Amino acid sequence: MYPANCHYTEEHEWVRVEGDIGVVGITHHAQQELGDIVYVDLPKVGGTVERGKTLASVESVKAVSDVYAPVSGEVVEVNSLLAASPEKLNEDPHGDAWLVKIKLSAPSEIKQLLTAEDYQKYVGAEKSKH
Amino acid sequence: MIKKVRQHINQNEPLLFENSSPGKRGYQLPPLDVPAVDAAKVLGAQNTRAEIEGFPEVSEVEAIRHFTRLSTQNYAIDLGLYPLGSCTMKYNPRVNEQVARIEGLAWAHPYHPESLTQGILAVMGELEKMLLEITGMDAVTLQPAAGAHGEFTGILLIRALLESRGNPRKKILIPDSAHGTNPATATMAGYSVENIKSNDRGMVDVESLARAVDDDVAALMITNPNTLGVFEQNITRIAEIMHAKGAMVYMDGANMNALVGIARPGDFGVDVMHLNLHKTFSTPHGGGGPGSGPVAVKRQLVPFLPKPRLRQIGGQWSWNYDLPQSIGRVRAFYGNIGMHVRALAYIMAHGGDGLRNATMDAVLNANYIRALIGDYYVLPHKAPTMHECVFSDERQAKLGVRTGDIAKRLIDYGFHPYTVSFPLIVQGAMMIEPTETESKAELDLFVDALISIAKEIEENPEMVLKAPHNTRTSRVDETTAARKPIVRWKPN
Repeated sequence: MYPANCHYTEEHEWVRVEGDIGVVGITHHAQQELGDIVYVDLPKVGGTVERGKTLASVESVKAVSDVYAPVSGEVVEVNSLLAASPEKLNEDPHGDAWLVKIKLSAPSEIKQLLTAEDYQKYVGAEKSKH
Repeated sequence: MIKKVRQHINQNEPLLFENSSPGKRGYQLPPLDVPAVDAAKVLGAQNTRAEIEGFPEVSEVEAIRHFTRLSTQNYAIDLGLYPLGSCTMKYNPRVNEQVARIEGLAWAHPYHPESLTQGILAVMGELEKMLLEITGMDAVTLQPAAGAHGEFTGILLIRALLESRGNPRKKILIPDSAHGTNPATATMAGYSVENIKSNDRGMVDVESLARAVDDDVAALMITNPNTLGVFEQNITRIAEIMHAKGAMVYMDGANMNALVGIARPGDFGVDVMHLNLHKTFSTPHGGGGPGSGPVAVKRQLVPFLPKPRLRQIGGQWSWNYDLPQSIGRVRAFYGNIGMHVRALAYIMAHGGDGLRNATMDAVLNANYIRALIGDYYVLPHKAPTMHECVFSDERQAKLGVRTGDIAKRLIDYGFHPYTVSFPLIVQGAMMIEPTETESKAELDLFVDALISIAKEIEENPEMVLKAPHNTRTSRVDETTAARKPIVRWKPN
């Protein structure tokens, strides 16, 4: 379910490192909990983001939710696909529907994130808690 | 089995535009008895137009029927229980309306001189006094037009006070159970927002709060009882933690329906709060009228209150504009005065004992529902229920039926749905607030409906997933409506 080449947060974001770039998205679990996504608000290219701070927001038929930056750095690209087709985020959250690409300013932050296996366990535990 | 259902006439009403046929008129004017004037000459051609393109043309009776039919498609508290959690859809007593229509109050104009408006000013003065008695605060402004406006006003007051002390600070702490308007308010007032997690009992976790408070924190925005319908039992400790760091406590008073006559925010450490007259004090809302969100403050914030402030000197009421530290006006004129009249009527009709009874009945009704449907739906937070209870669709979700589906099915039973998917900290939230208005008979019908739906889900989830079945329009495509909204009629 969760690609092993990505790192995950407890807030349900993922990041995949490609050289000095981190590709960031939200997880399958996140999109499932949000329900049908109707709007994605992405940051401006060129802005800097800090790990743990609001990076983007995602609006579903249920609610508007913040997406937190899993890593710090500069936003170098945002996924233009999502403006016209927010539903892609429901359909392919770990593939085509990535959110932003961040030029990592502190690559060591990655080590603090969850592995796919740990995230899978975390989501399972969170589910049974409710 | 459906015991209560409101008959829905199975007829869809077209738009007025679609009923139009050229040349129809809803009026007949008498012959002109003054010289005709060419409007284009008098006003200038750019200010006139020959006709409004696409404007609907219908007869009087067609217009009347159109709007009357539309009015029957509505659901209102006057038709039955309206258990929309967090919204306090209580009955709006008719005496409020009668009082609001007293000629001198109904026709008061904001430009009337003070000498001619002593009556309405006295109404506002009296309401201020009673709201202070109810909240235990020191001063109140009636200007804000509704709850979120009150929040914004309150946070601006905090900012003004902290600025006067030399540092407005940067952050506002908000529990994860808060109303969505709280973070919006903080952001609008120029603060960044930091989330505080709730504990397993559904209350603010005091230790994580204490860790989060530093010299950058301006205030905590807390709702009490919170959106889980749970009283924040550590509220005085929470206030101490904030005050020790020079930060303020803002209370979202949306849930005052659970406190009036029993507990006063001013006594448990709150510095600023708003009230929703349209919730707690029975003025109409939800399309039925404007809101009103008075903001009450403790002494140190009084100099910053919006101006003008009402005052009484030698028996005469007047407006005081000479308030150099005031944040200024937050609303044209003096607020939604019609709501002030209604709220005062409600308070006076009840009296202190009556208000306390209303509070106790609101809590009793919520607990009655909690007790009766607790075997059928999961209640994630077990702390005592105040005026509303929040269930989870956990058990039903295993069969593929979610909170939104249960809500749709409730419509078939003749009830307005509860609040769906809020608060967000409960998965698949079903937030039920009956208010004190409801009789045991009405509550029993509602409980029966929820139990019956729980059984339907076990037996025939598909049927529930396709609900509502008894309405004119069955399930609408909410996702497409949100993704590709059509916000106005356009000619073909």
